[in-house]
Amino acid sequence: MADEIILLDLWASMLGMRVRVALAEKGLKYEYREQDLRNKSPLLLEMNPVHKKIPVLIHNGKPICESLIIVQYIDEVWYNKSPLLPSDPYQRAQARFWADYTDKLYELGRQLWLTKGEEQETAKKGFMECLKLLEGELGDKPYFGGQNFGFLDVALVTFSCWFFAYESFGNFSVEAECPKLVAWSKRCMEKESVSSSLEDPLKIHGFVIMMRKELGVE
Amino acid sequence: MAEEVKLFGSWASPYTSRVKVVLKLKGIEYENVEEDLSNKSPLLLKYNPIHKKVPVFLHHGKPIAESLIIIEYIDETWKHNPILPIDPYDRAMARFWAKFIDEKIQPAVWKTLLAGENEREAAIEEAHQLLKTLERELNGKKFFGGESLGFLDVAGNVVVWLEVSQEALGMNLLDKEKFPILHEWCQRVLDDDAFKQVMPPKEKLLAFTRARFEAFLGPK
Repeated sequence: MADEIILLDLWASMLGMRVRVALAEKGLKYEYREQDLRNKSPLLLEMNPVHKKIPVLIHNGKPICESLIIVQYIDEVWYNKSPLLPSDPYQRAQARFWADYTDKLYELGRQLWLTKGEEQETAKKGFMECLKLLEGELGDKPYFGGQNFGFLDVALVTFSCWFFAYESFGNFSVEAECPKLVAWSKRCMEKESVSSSLEDPLKIHGFVIMMRKELGVE
Repeated sequence: MAEEVKLFGSWASPYTSRVKVVLKLKGIEYENVEEDLSNKSPLLLKYNPIHKKVPVFLHHGKPIAESLIIIEYIDETWKHNPILPIDPYDRAMARFWAKFIDEKIQPAVWKTLLAGENEREAAIEEAHQLLKTLERELNGKKFFGGESLGFLDVAGNVVVWLEVSQEALGMNLLDKEKFPILHEWCQRVLDDDAFKQVMPPKEKLLAFTRARFEAFLGPK
């Protein structure tokens, strides 16, 4: 029986993109359903009643929520193609630890484009500290997963298409502070699974302009 | 060999306790390093520079931080008596609910404790709703893990600790009339052999909880 895979997502969400990258890495066909978070669909509310958020993966009718949990699920079910988590338990633990850490970028990034003045400066500082630590974790490896693109690469790379928006509103340069990270993100973009899943940074920038207007940020 | 396995933790930390329960369930010998959280050891700070918290697990000299990540590591390294479910979907559900406990329930419980007069009722209502949502997941089972303790029961220890220690805070958040199923589950967990051996004595926990909150909020 063919697998039925549906992804409830929002085009601009870097968390949703993580799932898209994972699905592409595994060469899986799925149905993408764009969600309107201002007017949540009955399906979204049924499949994620607890958080009512995207992304939600629906595999043969059963929902899985939370992007990193979804990516691990995908990796475990379709384990014989492009494994994302390393096989060594210690390296797996490190990948999970740092992947959870990347989640901090979501809220810090939001504060970057939602706030001004001192609040924004604090968010910017926190954001850059996170990126620097992650850059340190990358070291001289081509990918966080070592020679191969892996779980932590998936977790972080989707934020890279948001860098331009963060930089514009936060008035800083990721490349100036974390050149190795930017080089890594370009390396990842050479992969079809990444380039086909990440959105155009200019479009993301436009999305943020729209969100700021909607939320009344001057 | 016990000397290869070390756990840096605190007797008063439910997160440390989670790891201890799993080590007990798997019969793994380890060296327990008790940390004074008001005066963290250089070794702890070296092994967990990012979060500087307990527990930290050391195996063959390599550190792992974050209780749930440590538990997954232990489960993958010592494969007998598996803690996580075998089926990927069940694993995803266990991880989802463990995250819900840590990221939703715990902060909500704290909020009720720290809330001012005006916000307390709303904070309590929110915590109650979250606890109800968790309770529904038991769905007639003895434990979240089924017939025996599993990953989510271990992660749920913070709820058990709340039930035990709430009287020290003069509150009844986990009211057994409101949450009969969760209350019964707590009793079953408290009765479990491994859990019993690891749980700090009730009076010690109550005294610690009381003192900690008086330091925070002033005497009640």
